[in-house]
Amino acid sequence: MTITKKLLTSAIASAMFVGAAQAEISDNTVKIGYLADMSGTYRDLAGPNGQTALEMAIADFGGTVNGAKIEVVSADDRNSPDSASSTARRWVENENVDLIAGLVASSVTIAVSNILEENDKLGIVSGSAASSITNEHCTPNHIHYVYDTYPLANGTASAVVKEGGKSWFILTADYAFGHALEGDVTRVVEENGGEVMQAVRHPFPTSDFSSFILQAQSSGADVVALANAGADTTNAITTAGEFGLTQSGQTLAALLLFLTDVHALGAQSAQGIQLTTGWYWNMNDETRAWSDRFMEKTGVRPTMVHAGIYSSTMQYLNAVKATGSDAAQTVRKQMMDTPINDMFAKNGFIREDGRMVHDMYLAQVKTPEESKSEWDLYDIVRTIPGDEAYRPLSESKCKLVTQN
Amino acid sequence: MTEILGVPVAVLSGQLMLGVINGAFYALLSLGLAVIFGLLKIINFAHGAMYMLGAMCTVLIFDAFGVNYWVALFVAPVIVGCFGILLEYFLLRRIAGQDHIYSLLLTFGIALILQGVLTNIYGVSGLRYSMPEMFRGGMNLGFMFLPYYRAWVIVAALLVCFATWFMIEKTRLGSYLRAGTEDSQLMQGFGINVPLLISLTYGFGVMLAAFAGALAAPIYSVSPVMGSNILIVVFAVVVIGGMGSIAGAVITGLMMGVVEGFTKVFYPEGSAAVIFLVMVVVLLIRPSGLFGKEA
Repeated sequence: MTITKKLLTSAIASAMFVGAAQAEISDNTVKIGYLADMSGTYRDLAGPNGQTALEMAIADFGGTVNGAKIEVVSADDRNSPDSASSTARRWVENENVDLIAGLVASSVTIAVSNILEENDKLGIVSGSAASSITNEHCTPNHIHYVYDTYPLANGTASAVVKEGGKSWFILTADYAFGHALEGDVTRVVEENGGEVMQAVRHPFPTSDFSSFILQAQSSGADVVALANAGADTTNAITTAGEFGLTQSGQTLAALLLFLTDVHALGAQSAQGIQLTTGWYWNMNDETRAWSDRFMEKTGVRPTMVHAGIYSSTMQYLNAVKATGSDAAQTVRKQMMDTPINDMFAKNGFIREDGRMVHDMYLAQVKTPEESKSEWDLYDIVRTIPGDEAYRPLSESKCKLVTQN
Repeated sequence: MTEILGVPVAVLSGQLMLGVINGAFYALLSLGLAVIFGLLKIINFAHGAMYMLGAMCTVLIFDAFGVNYWVALFVAPVIVGCFGILLEYFLLRRIAGQDHIYSLLLTFGIALILQGVLTNIYGVSGLRYSMPEMFRGGMNLGFMFLPYYRAWVIVAALLVCFATWFMIEKTRLGSYLRAGTEDSQLMQGFGINVPLLISLTYGFGVMLAAFAGALAAPIYSVSPVMGSNILIVVFAVVVIGGMGSIAGAVITGLMMGVVEGFTKVFYPEGSAAVIFLVMVVVLLIRPSGLFGKEA
């Protein structure tokens, strides 16, 4: 029964596809909706500057694709899956938006990806962290581009365990992203012979972490790991410093830190912290050149999310150009067939589950003496090859992988 | 070691201490709200924004002029207080005597504008402000490590709370104030400048919020959005204590800090909601709040 149904739907779908595959760009416009946190706790790591990165990509591409114009609309998702869903629905159902870019809070991304799947439109996720986005929540309609919690755990957690941090106390942001990160970290710690003694889930957002830091201190764990992001992480790090967490012999590990967070903390309070990142502005001439242009427009250095938005938009437009179509599956297939070689990634590729696999970097925050300028904050300690960094397809729970 | 529900007593004592410290912030903030509501009947939804302005101001005058912590602790509230007086004079005064909902909407609008404008300028990642040199470090109390600064927060907050209560309830100025809001025409007749008194009261309430902000600057991430979350909690505290009750606001603030602190140990996921749970229960049993006068 289900098989006949499936056959029937795919027959209809392919019949429709043949119609659409006349290699056309719908209403002669490629419309990109930029949906991100524009005003809340994740504003600085994506936000309005992410839109600038997107617009830079369109301008560099030439402003039109095969004669069709490229339009951008944007909205604030307010970190709320409800608010984001209603915007996404309006965009794809009524306003002919072809691609939704940005996508920061994992809960927002999961909600929006369902709408994309229902309407067969494309989404490129640059801000979210949860590895579940291309695992149990994968769809044929989105691509997860910059990083996820799997390499964050692989990079930082395995480095810390290998340095002798065997018992762990994890402080987790109580929503999809935190849970995913906590799960991935627990796996890495246990695989490397460590043990998670306790995981405490704090409400998102929390401004006062003193109570949690005190619990972490009295737990006696070797490592206190922060599975949260943004202001939660900077607040927790500041409080840990105030309560002398590291002086009493415990190691503090921040599992997700963005350049903007480290900049806000300053080299003085953040020095020595190890973190995993998908990209850093000061890695080579290519990244520096792009970052200089970005800084001219925004006044700040780009985060990995900003760079990822630029790179993925470029990839998308190239795919539209090559296929002459803006139909989601056509473009996605083209993107999967094209290796990514630009200032963001070398030999990056998009897997069938939608994961863009590329090298990740283990970085260490410089000391104030080493840091030569305001944004000169990281030392890249180790390059983690893409294959090693991301969840292998053999462990995947994604419906697109297991079906085959 | 003795334990309560599987948690060592030493850990609980530490949490009690931290609860009191957080409660001190709630007390300061809800005190300002209670003063403004109790005396002026204005529901000041800009209170969180004023707290944020106090903290931002502390950081900005340090960056621009190198103003040190002690001076900022005094100057930042004064600057923000003056701003509050201007708000009262140019905006709030025009809707005096109208339904409470107007002052609520007006102040909420002001808060959103302030937050939005400052977010555009400074972003949300937070501004750097380092701990004053003399407060670095802390003391070991046996059951916990107490940073010097947190100890200072309790002392400073309680002193200011007590002084405010004393001024309003026990001094001549306070009695003018209370009388002026009770029957402003009669007080005008006695030759008291009631509009000025009202401006000053609003300014003072705002100053209390800004003082809490300045006090928070070294320990919390200072950003334009820092006031929006705390505002709702503080309103709940004021409602639990009884709208307008000054002593009630302070005592409830401390109590709620402790309740929240213990929740963070026993059921951390619920710590953001526990104060609202208490609010619901209190409103069901005593609609006028724990310390409110029966209407």
